[in-house]
Amino acid sequence: MTAAAETVPGAAAPAAPPPVLGRVRRRTVAAFLAPAVIALLAVGIVPLIYAVWRSLYDFNLTRVARTRFVGLDNYATVLTDPTFWAAMRRTAFLFVTAVPVQIALGLLIALLLHRPGLGMAKALTRLALVLPMATTYAVVGLLAQVTMNQRYGVFNQMLGWVGLGPVNILGNPQNAFWAVVFWDVWQWTPFVALVLLAGLSTVPPEVEEAARLETRSHWTILRHVQLPFLIPSLVAVLILRTADTLKLFDMVFTMTRGGPGNATEFIAILIERTGNRQFNIGMASAQAIVLLVITIVLARLYVRLFYRET
Amino acid sequence: MARAAAAPAQNLWAQGVLLLLIGLFCVFPFYWMVTTSLKTQVVALQSPPAWWFTPTLNNYREVLFVDGVGRSLVNSLIVAVCTTALAVVLGLPAAYALARFEFGGKRELWFWFITNRFVSPVVLAFPVFLISREIGLRDTHLALILMYLTFTLPIVIWICTDQFRSIPRELDEAALLEGCSQARIFWSICLPLAMPGVAVSAILSFIFSWNELLFAYILAPNAAKTAPAMAITFMEGYDVPFGKIMATSTLIVVPVLVFALLASRHLVRGLTMGAVK
Repeated sequence: MTAAAETVPGAAAPAAPPPVLGRVRRRTVAAFLAPAVIALLAVGIVPLIYAVWRSLYDFNLTRVARTRFVGLDNYATVLTDPTFWAAMRRTAFLFVTAVPVQIALGLLIALLLHRPGLGMAKALTRLALVLPMATTYAVVGLLAQVTMNQRYGVFNQMLGWVGLGPVNILGNPQNAFWAVVFWDVWQWTPFVALVLLAGLSTVPPEVEEAARLETRSHWTILRHVQLPFLIPSLVAVLILRTADTLKLFDMVFTMTRGGPGNATEFIAILIERTGNRQFNIGMASAQAIVLLVITIVLARLYVRLFYRET
Repeated sequence: MARAAAAPAQNLWAQGVLLLLIGLFCVFPFYWMVTTSLKTQVVALQSPPAWWFTPTLNNYREVLFVDGVGRSLVNSLIVAVCTTALAVVLGLPAAYALARFEFGGKRELWFWFITNRFVSPVVLAFPVFLISREIGLRDTHLALILMYLTFTLPIVIWICTDQFRSIPRELDEAALLEGCSQARIFWSICLPLAMPGVAVSAILSFIFSWNELLFAYILAPNAAKTAPAMAITFMEGYDVPFGKIMATSTLIVVPVLVFALLASRHLVRGLTMGAVK
């Protein structure tokens, strides 16, 4: 900063050393960054501070008059609350069941699309793959309600075609959980497939061709030639699926509202129930802050792993 | 795993069938959504479900003009367009600064921007609910427009930072030697070249805002109610109107699908925040 100022004396003569790109006055940098920073402070940080403040109170919307300061009591309750950890475990379980399926199926689809031939059919399939991931998450839940209805749902009709009896899908705790996994897989496998396909296209064609002359085993080529190029895509998939699983709300809320019982009560649904359906804002704020801390730790970890440049 | 190619013709057949199955799996729920939206309640409640029936547009007429879905679609449109425009205006200069300037704390700033993508809206929803009640923003478009910046602004910043970086620095250098100010370089030289990135980030911001439910559900219960929040109100009550729910869903989904198909080539790059080219 100062060095740049010294080399350019008051009157900027034409002969002055060329201005260095990237080194600009602090005021210029601030002017460019200020709008975004101020906006994100206002909508992203101010509410958080408010949440931290509220989390220190026994604050329930049904009895606002009896609000009192309780210090870290809410946090003590959250951290020892079996319901909270059950919801966290359920969220983690969803991640470890749905994401491997998405990666396995996504990889198969990507490899299929990566092969030569059938250009037109492949282009159409790629377009079809775009549809699920752009679908409004809330609508996915509604689609689940309609197609998986025990009596009127087309899903049970299809099970009937292969000789399986009608199943109570969304009304049975265990089945409801697998229904969430199913629709998560439906919505996000195409995304994983397209990300991995983009990864596959980073393999230099000469390398792949040379390898194909050496071996006819697809597995060997995948393992030793393609996989190294797929690592960045796989890491990106893991990061984004982690973030989205922690945020998962819309689809489950419209599908099951967290039920039956609390079979599909993932972490975001639990916090919504605490704050919006039990009006316990103090507790919901404490739960939200704990979730935020977990999220930030994971995000730091991942970003360190992946976005090394910048 | 596919076996080594034995007979190419046979292999192509197998591939074609697989592609067809994948496509059907992706598209079938939409097919069912649209056909159900064209069924009367009596047909929709047939067991087993009917595949052939006389279609009717009654559900659309009812949800649009009687149940207020039309209004909620307008609300959704206002919110999504405004927040997208705002995010582009606020985010572009920041993206330019991140791509071109060197300054202390750049990494940390960038990390903060990126973390917003990870933070669950449920963390912010309740504090914002209380704050908006106190400052009179409850149930207004503005409350939603501002809160949607938490995810649209990062999208714009990531994608456009990437885009600005891909513009050759020689152009800036030449302009700088000519005596252009940074603001001038940004506005007249880099911005026109960055338009593809701006378009992609605007489309993605629109899609994300249009699809959002949690903030909408908690912050805008009546006057500013958006379409996804409207759709779930049909789920209440005894006689669930399948046809109306699917008609509303179709109305919500069709615009985003059109946008997604338009931007399909850039969607993956956008969704992975530029991590995958």
